[in-house]
Amino acid sequence: MSSKYSIAALVRHAITGERWPRAWRAAAPKSSYDVIIIGGGGHGLATAYYLAKEHGVRRIAVLEKSYIGSGNAGRNTTLIRSNYMMPANTAFFERSLKMWEGLSHELNFNIMVSQRGQIVLGHSPGQMDVLARRGNTMRLNGIDAELLDRNGVKELLPYLDYSARARFPIVGGLLQQRAGTARHDAVVWGYARAADQLGVDIIENCEVTGFVKDQDRVIGVKTTRGDILADKTAMAVAGNTSVVANLAGLKLPVESHLLQAFVTEPIKPFVDHVISFGAELFYISQSDKGGMVFGGHIDGFNTYTQRGQFAKIQTVAECAVALIPGMSRLRLLRHWAGLQDMTPDGSPLIGCTPLKGLYLNGGWCYQGFKATPASGWCFAYTLVNDAPHPLIAGFHPERFRRNNGADEYGHGMFTFRQ
Amino acid sequence: MLRIPCPHCGLRDYTEFKYFGDASKSRPDLADEDLERWYAHVFLFENPKGVHREYWQHVMGCRQWLVVTRDTAVNAVRASAWPEGVVRHD
Repeated sequence: MSSKYSIAALVRHAITGERWPRAWRAAAPKSSYDVIIIGGGGHGLATAYYLAKEHGVRRIAVLEKSYIGSGNAGRNTTLIRSNYMMPANTAFFERSLKMWEGLSHELNFNIMVSQRGQIVLGHSPGQMDVLARRGNTMRLNGIDAELLDRNGVKELLPYLDYSARARFPIVGGLLQQRAGTARHDAVVWGYARAADQLGVDIIENCEVTGFVKDQDRVIGVKTTRGDILADKTAMAVAGNTSVVANLAGLKLPVESHLLQAFVTEPIKPFVDHVISFGAELFYISQSDKGGMVFGGHIDGFNTYTQRGQFAKIQTVAECAVALIPGMSRLRLLRHWAGLQDMTPDGSPLIGCTPLKGLYLNGGWCYQGFKATPASGWCFAYTLVNDAPHPLIAGFHPERFRRNNGADEYGHGMFTFRQ
Repeated sequence: MLRIPCPHCGLRDYTEFKYFGDASKSRPDLADEDLERWYAHVFLFENPKGVHREYWQHVMGCRQWLVVTRDTAVNAVRASAWPEGVVRHD
């Protein structure tokens, strides 16, 4: 069991050279648990942590097919924000941002939350009207938002292309000052360590290969490390939701798509904010190490390979240079691809399933990382109470049956196909 | 780059095509009033990790629709053909 991290512990280790203990135990699977969570990503680990801490559930296992941090937890662009407009999203993502603000203390792990502010750019008067409406909705819900005109944007982001030859003129922007970034690996490490200290078994290299059923009730899972029984089984495997759900005989409104992100060679501090381009799906921030971290749109067809197509690299590089001409000589250091569940309306699927004892958390589309704390919090509540938490009531997996999609951007259903 | 063999134009980059999803589904009859069948047709996907039959349209080429068989685990295209005889209007 690992000790508490503190300045005193840091000094002690520095002086004595004492080795730091493992952050979490290498647990072996037991034959049964109260709750099994499939997927050791941010959402699964957060769910385990809040189940143990808030609801006093003691016998919990998190099953991870590879190692902690190997999946989408390490394949995002680390952005946190709550600039949403739809009723189903606003309160949920604001709850998540509030949780991010206190998460380092909560977990006793520095997750490096940096509220550097996010600016969504508007490139036409019409787009500014849409941003004003979004900003007003946010403010009515108690979320900070500030509408900027061209000069306001220029003051904060002097390095954008304001010239007459800019491909898309910058008319203004919407600033959420409390938005920013968090250290993606630290989030899963922090949740894993904190959950482990509460007695959660984190079982790595344990892939689920099937479900154990008693008539229409799921009573456990078959894994590469043997069968494990549980009163309740939860899936938090976004990216592979269809694959795991198929093992239980469920068909879902999900297609797995791939999103690429990039980092350049490190340079001196340059971009102080998170910037979202308004003319394409493109967003950029600068890491603490100095690399420009940015991402684009999905590749456009369903796939499970975690390798992107070259065409998107070109599109994203063009966006970067159209927005920030000063980036044209920077070299790409790495790029990676994450799998994401795309749902018809772009909103997640969380809640109970038609099978008793099986619960679903997936379909996160582009927004899995920023949702991590609130997703875990609400999903833990759902597991204990057998009913969705009020904050996720709009994310019910069966909502399309009643045509209650939460279509945030007003582009209609299946925007990922357009 | 994923490349798709168009039966008319030959092997082309996927960026010339538009993806249109699962080709193994068949649309319910227009007179069918069973909402469950329509729900399944519109919203539910097999989304397999493995062989997937899917529609692509060669929008930047001959504009023909194709049915491509692709392994989604490795992105390897196994076959492509005209959709005739594949789309059922039963």
